[in-house]
Amino acid sequence: MTMTETLQNLYLGFTVALAPGMLLYAFIGCLIGTLVGVLPGVGPLAGISLLLPASFGLDATSAIVLLAGIYYGAMYGGSTTSILMRIPGEAASVMTCIDGYAMTRKGRGGAALAIAAVGSYAAGTVSVIGLMLMAPPLARFALRFGPPEYFALLLLGLLVLAYMSGGSLPKSLAMALLGLLLGMIGIDPMTGYFRFHYGLVELGDGIGVVPVAVGLFGLSEILLTAGQAAPEVIKPRLRELLPSRREWKDSAWPIARGTLLGFLIGIIPGSAHIISSFVSYAVERRLSKHPERFGQGAVEGVAGPESANNSATSGAFVPMLALGVPSGPIPAVMLAAMMVHGISPGPLLIQQQPELFWGFIASMYVGNIVLLILNLPLVGLFVNILRIPYPILYPSILVFCLLGVYAVNGSVIDIWIMTMMGALGYLLRKFDFETAPIVLGLVLAPMLEMSFRQSLSMSSGSYAVFVNRPIALVMLAFGVLLLVLSLRPLVAENWRKALGLQGGANLEEKNSSSP
Amino acid sequence: MDRISGSLLALFALWVIWESRNLPFGTFRNPGPGYMPILLASALLLFSVVIALTGGKAERLTSIGWKEISHATAVLAACIFAALGMERFGYRLTVLLVAAVLLKAIERKSWFLTITLAVTLAFGTFYVFYTLLRVPLPFGPLGI
Repeated sequence: MTMTETLQNLYLGFTVALAPGMLLYAFIGCLIGTLVGVLPGVGPLAGISLLLPASFGLDATSAIVLLAGIYYGAMYGGSTTSILMRIPGEAASVMTCIDGYAMTRKGRGGAALAIAAVGSYAAGTVSVIGLMLMAPPLARFALRFGPPEYFALLLLGLLVLAYMSGGSLPKSLAMALLGLLLGMIGIDPMTGYFRFHYGLVELGDGIGVVPVAVGLFGLSEILLTAGQAAPEVIKPRLRELLPSRREWKDSAWPIARGTLLGFLIGIIPGSAHIISSFVSYAVERRLSKHPERFGQGAVEGVAGPESANNSATSGAFVPMLALGVPSGPIPAVMLAAMMVHGISPGPLLIQQQPELFWGFIASMYVGNIVLLILNLPLVGLFVNILRIPYPILYPSILVFCLLGVYAVNGSVIDIWIMTMMGALGYLLRKFDFETAPIVLGLVLAPMLEMSFRQSLSMSSGSYAVFVNRPIALVMLAFGVLLLVLSLRPLVAENWRKALGLQGGANLEEKNSSSP
Repeated sequence: MDRISGSLLALFALWVIWESRNLPFGTFRNPGPGYMPILLASALLLFSVVIALTGGKAERLTSIGWKEISHATAVLAACIFAALGMERFGYRLTVLLVAAVLLKAIERKSWFLTITLAVTLAFGTFYVFYTLLRVPLPFGPLGI
């Protein structure tokens, strides 16, 4: 695709995205997303899952623009609570807590919010350009993929997710396997055999991703935090929002580095937005001439991670839109949402539905501007939500969980699944397990099994099909390499420690569960 | 605590393998519907054993705090009630009762706040989702 074609397509996208109705949905999505990000415990994953039914009455493009708005709105909103209260609204803002809150204690909370908002805007906008340029060629490349390549890609995705997550590798892999096993429930698509149904016909289509995600992320958070006191809120004044010249200068390179790092990590399967903020913080501390300032209110410690996690948001859309393969739990829910609306993301999406793809890209540019306008002047308003005592807030969140889960299929089975997953997520988090791999495993399970069995069918049962095809071989070799590295814990631990990934999950879990 | 969690996961994996015994396994070259569940459960069993065996350095079970357990139990009970009541009593009545019990009985809020918030949540969300967004929600026997 030439640059002229890209620009023509982008023009087509903007004609879709700038239509008044679409602007309204982008605005509503960003507003709800910011609220979702501000509220502790209701991260982007639970937020998108809960609000999925609200998009049922919309056409496909409007629904995706609305849900994407919620996604990147939540990424913006999460920074507000991190900076002002040391509570990460969502996991990707954990690193922002450290220096953001230290800046607030020094009276520079407003400047930290402004830097976070501007950094997020810049990163969001630049990474959308990356998405725009990378997704179409990747989609063309993916047309060469057959079942063996998809199997290798999905397997690699799960291995990378487990390897890159901050916790223990066996625990992460066990959680991914648990998710894959949950994905085995339902009718086997190749033989029509009904597996693990226990007499419940509602399980024919398998376990839905929405009740699992809401249970593991939304309900388990309520279970962990109910009964705890509300934290102190420091409210910034509007005139304190302007960063000093020095703060701007110190933030410029961290924003640029965070944008690039975030986008590249976003493409890689895994909890990209979380990992990218950890890596960006570690890189900034490593490059700083005064690393001792980190933890004491260094503006670079806010600018880098905030830019990285927003950039990773766009990066995560690249494999989802181009390959139809989600790179993490949030794109997995987005993928499920697209399928509800009759869209099949994958190599043919860009060719067959250009107005949807390019409209979505253009709406992300628009959404970034909407978020900048929303976040700075209205920060005081959003912070007021945190003054609502949690004993009043959590029954309201629970009602939205029940509503959102029931409304997807109109089935009480989903409420039972959410309840069981909530209890499971509560226990797993108590025992220091990550729950994100379960959601990804659940979504990938049918694709993984189907591509595995199709590969064997096309090779008359020969497993050599996975190594005779170069693309599959390279991906599997990379997967094996990751496993070998993980078997050498000493080397791996040093590498992970160097990037600041060590103990990341623990910090995330502890911060998000203890306001 | 890793020893306990690893052991529980191993038991779950063994249970899945046992439950898969009636599914056609197929052959190594031509897998049936039981092949993948057994393969995955076996891998889970392997990692669970690794977690349990390497769990000596993990924190002790007694280090886990359970101070929120009474609230957590109440919230789970509310979810179970919602699952049982949603299609028997209808959306509005179920949500009204769930919110009212959590606010009054668990959180000991005033009657005014409890009734105001519970009614707003039950009827407000119904109006927005059912009436405005046309999301189908169940009615109870009294038509509410």
